Amino acid sequence: MAEPIIRFIGVQKAFGPKVIYEDCTLDVYPGETLTIIGGSGTGKSVLLKMLTGLLSTDAGSIQAFGQEVTKLDERGMGPIRRRFGFLFQSGALFDSLTVEQNIKYPLREHNWGTEKEMDARVAEVLDMVGLPGTEALKPAALSGGMRKRVGLARAIAIKPEVILYDEPTTGLDPINVRRINGLILSLQKRLGVTSIVVTHDMDSCFTVTDRIAMLYNKRIAFTGTAEETQRSEIRYVREFIAGGRGTLDEDIV
Amino acid sequence: MTARFTTFLQSFGAVARLSWATLFAFWRSPIDLRPLIHQFDTAGLQSWSITVLTAAFTGMVLALQFSTGLEPYGASMYTGKLAALGIVRELGPMLTALLVGGRVGSGFAAELGSMVVTEQVDAIRALGADPVKKLVAPRVFACIVMLPLLTILADFVGISGAMIITVREVGITPSFFYAQILDTLWVSDLMHGLMKSVAFGYIIGIVGCFIGLNTSGGTEGVGHATTQAVVVGAICLLVSNFFLTKLFLALYG
Repeated sequence: MAEPIIRFIGVQKAFGPKVIYEDCTLDVYPGETLTIIGGSGTGKSVLLKMLTGLLSTDAGSIQAFGQEVTKLDERGMGPIRRRFGFLFQSGALFDSLTVEQNIKYPLREHNWGTEKEMDARVAEVLDMVGLPGTEALKPAALSGGMRKRVGLARAIAIKPEVILYDEPTTGLDPINVRRINGLILSLQKRLGVTSIVVTHDMDSCFTVTDRIAMLYNKRIAFTGTAEETQRSEIRYVREFIAGGRGTLDEDIV
Repeated sequence: MTARFTTFLQSFGAVARLSWATLFAFWRSPIDLRPLIHQFDTAGLQSWSITVLTAAFTGMVLALQFSTGLEPYGASMYTGKLAALGIVRELGPMLTALLVGGRVGSGFAAELGSMVVTEQVDAIRALGADPVKKLVAPRVFACIVMLPLLTILADFVGISGAMIITVREVGITPSFFYAQILDTLWVSDLMHGLMKSVAFGYIIGIVGCFIGLNTSGGTEGVGHATTQAVVVGAICLLVSNFFLTKLFLALYG
């Protein structure tokens, strides 16, 4: 197997008295789609935020593209962040800007090119997420699913090497869930990017993933392919898959 | 108790760091004009009406009190002198700062707080930009520029209010009042007030932004941050006013 492009080694993180990670170790390989599953509040998003330097670690090491992320300051993180695309849980679009300005934001920060080239890129990525012609709209005028797709368009605008998805399908209707899953798959196929997806939606997890890592008991307790995960005999993995699949039924009951 | 004191000192350190970063943001890269103009408008121009209203009535009430208080000594014709000094040195800068601080500081905290809890501030960093440069610097700078201007407006309106009442109550002519003011007020008095208002502008901006950026706990947290910005801002203004006055009196008498 190729060298991992992202490595978490013995990472520890606590918020005040609340310990999130005691000893988190995980490798991510180029070109794969890795899904991180785990219960709510176990700190799945924290993992992505530590990786991009949005949150600091307490101990341990995180390497991305061969560089030690935990030792970099905000300026040093710049070139590394350039290589990541981050889809936030809520989309995190800037309310005061239009869709077009939102997508141009990273383009401008990273000196993409002339205004014309940026316009073309905006149209291109909006087309990819299936929202052509929405440039002039404000985020408030968009539905939740559309906002996530614009968020995704913004995340892929600068052609990142790794895309981080934070709960990409949570709170969306089935049609949008399928659409987002389709996007994740096609982005990986078309652009060959590495993807890390954080989710507790098991169905979409099995649809998009090459490999699954499960967070349990403040560490990555299990990693395996989708098939290995489904066949796994480990109790908490089985329970999570069964529970994750059954959430909808439980809600109705 | 010790823990609270430590937290208090830590916030002081954090505010100092934020101030430094704000200053640095200006020094390092060219200023983005559009957000700055926007802040000049929201923080400054839109505050003119409350400034005028407060200053007019404060000037009038000062004149009422002084004219009645001075009457037993047959000195009520000097009402203008006292009122003008009080307005230009203390009430003009202080009341403007308190009102604008309440209005603008809470607005900053609410706006930045909402951006924090909806991950927009994380998004700014993830997209390779600096939230201090994008959000804090234009706001703080707009306050520092606009507050002295609003204070000049308040001084003018306040003295005019005092004049109307003095002319009516004491029966002196406007030209006598005017001559008195010119005789009493020196440029140093005006500068004394204006230098304070520069400091107040900085305090309003930095406190509002700091509290906003440190919001946690969802919508409830935003509400809390907004209230906190008003209270902490007002306390900082009042305390610093004493020490600034002491300093300027020691320097210029």
